Amino acid sequence: MQRFDFELIGSWIPARSRVLDLGCGDGVLLAGLAATHGVRGYGVEIDPANVLASVKNGVNVIQDNLESGLSTFQDNAFDFVILSQTLQAMHNVEGVLNAMLRVGREGIVTFPNFGYWRHRLDILQGHMPVSKSLPHAWYNTPNIHLCTVKDFEDLCAKVGAEILDERVIHGGKQVTFLPNLRGSLGVFRFRRKESGLYPSASIARRFHTSSSKPGSAITKVQKKKVGHDMPRYAGSVA
Amino acid sequence: MGDIDPRSVGAATPQRAGFSEPLALKAGKTLAAYELVYETYGTLNADRSNAVLVCHALSGNHHVAGYYADDPQKAGWWDNMIGPGKPIDTDRFFVIGVNNLGGCHGSTGPSTIDPATGQPFGASFPLMTVEDWVASQARLMDRLGIRKLAAAIGGSLGGMQAMQWTLSFPDRIRHAFVIAAAARLSTQNIAFNDVARQAILTDPDFHGGHFYAHKAIPARGLKLARMLGHITYLSEDLLMEKFGRERKRLEAALDYDVEFEVESYLRYQGDKFAQVFDANTYLLMTKALDYFDPAKEAGGDLAKALAPASAGFFVASFTSDWRFPPIRSREILKGLVGASKSVTYAEIDAPHGHDAFLLDNRSYHELVAAYVDNIASEIGAGARRTPLSRGGAELEEMRGFAGQREGT
Repeated sequence: MQRFDFELIGSWIPARSRVLDLGCGDGVLLAGLAATHGVRGYGVEIDPANVLASVKNGVNVIQDNLESGLSTFQDNAFDFVILSQTLQAMHNVEGVLNAMLRVGREGIVTFPNFGYWRHRLDILQGHMPVSKSLPHAWYNTPNIHLCTVKDFEDLCAKVGAEILDERVIHGGKQVTFLPNLRGSLGVFRFRRKESGLYPSASIARRFHTSSSKPGSAITKVQKKKVGHDMPRYAGSVA
Repeated sequence: MGDIDPRSVGAATPQRAGFSEPLALKAGKTLAAYELVYETYGTLNADRSNAVLVCHALSGNHHVAGYYADDPQKAGWWDNMIGPGKPIDTDRFFVIGVNNLGGCHGSTGPSTIDPATGQPFGASFPLMTVEDWVASQARLMDRLGIRKLAAAIGGSLGGMQAMQWTLSFPDRIRHAFVIAAAARLSTQNIAFNDVARQAILTDPDFHGGHFYAHKAIPARGLKLARMLGHITYLSEDLLMEKFGRERKRLEAALDYDVEFEVESYLRYQGDKFAQVFDANTYLLMTKALDYFDPAKEAGGDLAKALAPASAGFFVASFTSDWRFPPIRSREILKGLVGASKSVTYAEIDAPHGHDAFLLDNRSYHELVAAYVDNIASEIGAGARRTPLSRGGAELEEMRGFAGQREGT
């Protein structure tokens, strides 16, 4: 696995876990995890070309729309549910997160950080950002729900997700100083809060203050070599 | 059609296998002895690991690929799927097509002479189930020296057999292709089947199933059954596109003779079918469809029913199929996922309806080919010798339907 977020994900997942990879693209993450960690599971893809690519990579792929509630999967069917650089292209982000919390013991989400300073600079200069992590122009981007690292923390609280780990990455390295400003890729690991049986019932936690305060979970510095952190299939997510 | 497809398996020769060991049937009866007619394409490898069994649907048979020397125009019903350079390539795989018991293309069935009476079995031929077919197919595999199938593949009723293989013989099959099928028929589907059966049963020439003795065939009933089935195998859009409201003649047909093109087409297909197909076989096949329900014995829990399977599954449906719609395949998928089985599922965008599983469709064939390649590497059969290539024109013409109709 070349991508740094893939390496990070690999470091979080114990051997032989049951993994569901939502928006699995060509299936390389699952294929890699199967080879290195002996994980079992499925990829989910809507795009026919990606379904074919996943089959060619030997991945069990299921053609489905992520936004239909993951009704194929039973509650708690997986140890990990991964949504890698796909969140920003979802219509119903909250629904997808709720479904992840339902079918998996833990969730892992990665997304381009809109709070990255270059993006902020573009806005200050009067334009929608175009960058390595957000390569599309505003009028043809599949990325319809962009957020910052802070925004995602808030959403986790709203849907009743307890953040277990969060990292912000740029250029293949973890950013620990002013991560929401200096990092272009957010990587979150979370689980359903024990108290709330149904994630959607936890709207009251909207204004949380404690555990997932920005940056609070970013304590461990983990430097690894990496190529780049471009979205895996930013052009093909429907 | 002009030249013979260079990707054809070539001239095919049907073969016979006789079985004298009685076959106990699920419904309680026993078939004392029987014959199966089959064809094979490609070569069985040294370790006998490259066998692919093709299971046919309602009106299919053993002539799956290639052509007969005396009739080179008429290719097997899944010829676009099987052959060198095709998704299931005969360079690497040994492919077997078999006519199911109860069929009317050479295997023991209702039109076969019952040795006990000297008369055709007719209505006394026992009801067959998908399980019975799979059991008889397994005996044919024994005969051919095949301990474990690389795969079984089928569409519609054929997909049900492929699924049943993984349950009846979990250690004898590596992969199952379950295409445009269902884990059990919907109420509507049973209803369609019963209308078809009623058309046959109420034909005065049916004679309670013993029409052979009367030198009659219930052609009207069979024709109606086929016309009805045919409508349900195609999508509304496709019917509209092919036939629209075009008329054979402009004056109103107050005599109810053929007026619209679609009437002409359906009647032609119905007549043709009634001349070659056996009414008792049609009844038997539709009953096997109706009864198939592996979840039933597991209290309706499909995941529990599928637990014994150890095969990998390739499940596919077609967006415009309303006879076996994607939601039915999703039920299979849900059961397989619930049982933590290895499964790939594709919902293929195709305009043709249920018949899409028989037709040339690029993304469908590429997917099957990719999955087949994975099986090949699993059994050490190596890479394709002939690259996957596209056939001729998409089989969307009327002639295409007519030629492919035997699959459903």
